[in-house]
Amino acid sequence: MIVAGGGSLLVRRLTLLLSVLAIVSPAILFFLWMLSLSLKYEIDNAAYPPVFFPDRIAWKNYASVFESNGFLSIFWNSVIVTGSATLIALLVGVPAGYAIARMKATKMAAVVLIARMTPGLSYLIPLFLLFQWLGLLGTLAPQIIAHLVLTVPIVIWIMIGYFETTPMDLEEAAAIDGASSWQVFRHVALPIAKPGITVALILAVIFSWNNFVFGIVLAGRQTRTLPVAVYNMISFEQLSWGPLAAAALIVTFPVLVLTVFAQRQIVAGLTAGAVKDG
Amino acid sequence: MTIDLHAEFGSAAGRPALPKERSHKRLRSRRFWPFLVPALIVLTAITVVPWAFTLWMSVREFTVGGTNEFVGLANYARLLVDARFSEAIWHTLFYTFLSVLLPLIFGTLAALVLHREFPLRGLVRGIFVLPMMATPVAIALVWTMMFHPQLGVLNYLLSLVGIEPQGWVFHPATVIPSLILVETWQWTPLVALIVLGGLAVIPREPYESAEIDGAGAWMKFRYITWPMILPFLMIAVIIRMIDALKSFDIIYAITQGGPGTASETINIYLYSVAFSYYNIGYGSAIAVVFFVLVVAISLAMLVLRQKLHWNEMAGAP
Repeated sequence: MIVAGGGSLLVRRLTLLLSVLAIVSPAILFFLWMLSLSLKYEIDNAAYPPVFFPDRIAWKNYASVFESNGFLSIFWNSVIVTGSATLIALLVGVPAGYAIARMKATKMAAVVLIARMTPGLSYLIPLFLLFQWLGLLGTLAPQIIAHLVLTVPIVIWIMIGYFETTPMDLEEAAAIDGASSWQVFRHVALPIAKPGITVALILAVIFSWNNFVFGIVLAGRQTRTLPVAVYNMISFEQLSWGPLAAAALIVTFPVLVLTVFAQRQIVAGLTAGAVKDG
Repeated sequence: MTIDLHAEFGSAAGRPALPKERSHKRLRSRRFWPFLVPALIVLTAITVVPWAFTLWMSVREFTVGGTNEFVGLANYARLLVDARFSEAIWHTLFYTFLSVLLPLIFGTLAALVLHREFPLRGLVRGIFVLPMMATPVAIALVWTMMFHPQLGVLNYLLSLVGIEPQGWVFHPATVIPSLILVETWQWTPLVALIVLGGLAVIPREPYESAEIDGAGAWMKFRYITWPMILPFLMIAVIIRMIDALKSFDIIYAITQGGPGTASETINIYLYSVAFSYYNIGYGSAIAVVFFVLVVAISLAMLVLRQKLHWNEMAGAP
């Protein structure tokens, strides 16, 4: 009804089908090509014209990434940084979102928005020096703390939106029955907010997992996360495309899977802030 | 609803007669403050403190392991005559302008299609948003391979339609447009999602009455859909603009600002000054100016949006 229609039902359906195909093809073709690069031997990747369907599949590209020196520890670094930054953000951000929603403190919400506007790099200069003086640069702590710059505002923002939509009748009833503010939050508001918390968790995990800029500044050789390690591979360690593409796919694979399966939550979370003040 | 509840507590506490509204608000706030305190402490520690520190450093000659002395506004004065900085501003504005415009056009078109009913819609949407969720560095790496002048798939595809090979990100003249191509590929889904949010709240009735009046598809789009999604497009523009201004990962991972300084945006230049040359004082001054620029543009857009919104309301029958 919105896009130009007309013609018979069949023509219209075909047009719709082709439009949908056109819309998803940039994503599909890109990721298929990424997969193809990661599964080809050097000789096929360096061929011109490009080889689209290789005769032999180079599983060894993946094996070489998994077996490469330090992959496990780098992977573990990513897990710890993302896990800690998300957990801390949920611990402080969920109650804060609750408070802002209940206080109707719109100014406070604006402050959270400014945190989103600020270029991440501008926090990094002072944080870098601070961590250097504190002698923390060899540990994962600087990255976990820096990632809070991303995760805390996301969690607060999504939770404000969520708590604004949950009914307050039960909370009021509990308060009248003599429950303390904490008990009301813990036993009434929090259980209802589970879907909102899931959305906040998913987005915080993805943004933290993907983050690159904090890593290149704050990570040392032993504390690199996956995106930084992949970037280092481009610059000097690895010149053949197969293992490089395999590494790239391994890094982003958890995010791709999460996105396809939790599409509904991700869309809800990303548009929550945008649509809310629209 | 809550107000009545707190009014009770208010009278029990026997406080002096404040204006009713204010006393309610205060009590409500007091009750919820403890929930806010941990987040406030964390946010202050990781944002406000670094910012104060940045301001302080921006008026000092400060290099890692070197000098540290007060120089007043010298760092800011230096920005005015720094040709590389003004060049970076132009790169940033050019990059931002097209990185807002192109996703806006494609995103709106995509939303109009995705809004309709078709089988496997959830899966299609899931695949559609992959570019913006995938790890930027991983994406950048594959794009770099695709851009490769000799072995890249893009030049091969161009050759199929008879276009001569391009230098893409390896040539100064084409590097920024090539990066914009990546940015557009990556962020068109976000615009589409926001517009979809707008389409979802449009009621059916206007379309039905328009159909009765014999309006065609274009008329319906022009006079019903467009005005209804306009506020959402404005939000998309603002969000996209903020993100494009501070774009870092893709540019840095693909070109590091090169070839030469051909794709050096403010953010990339800031990174080089602070973390390649370790000139912290000057880098801090750039960070301050950059922040002011981002906030000023965002505020200007918000004001513009309010004005448009107001006009639209005023113009409504």
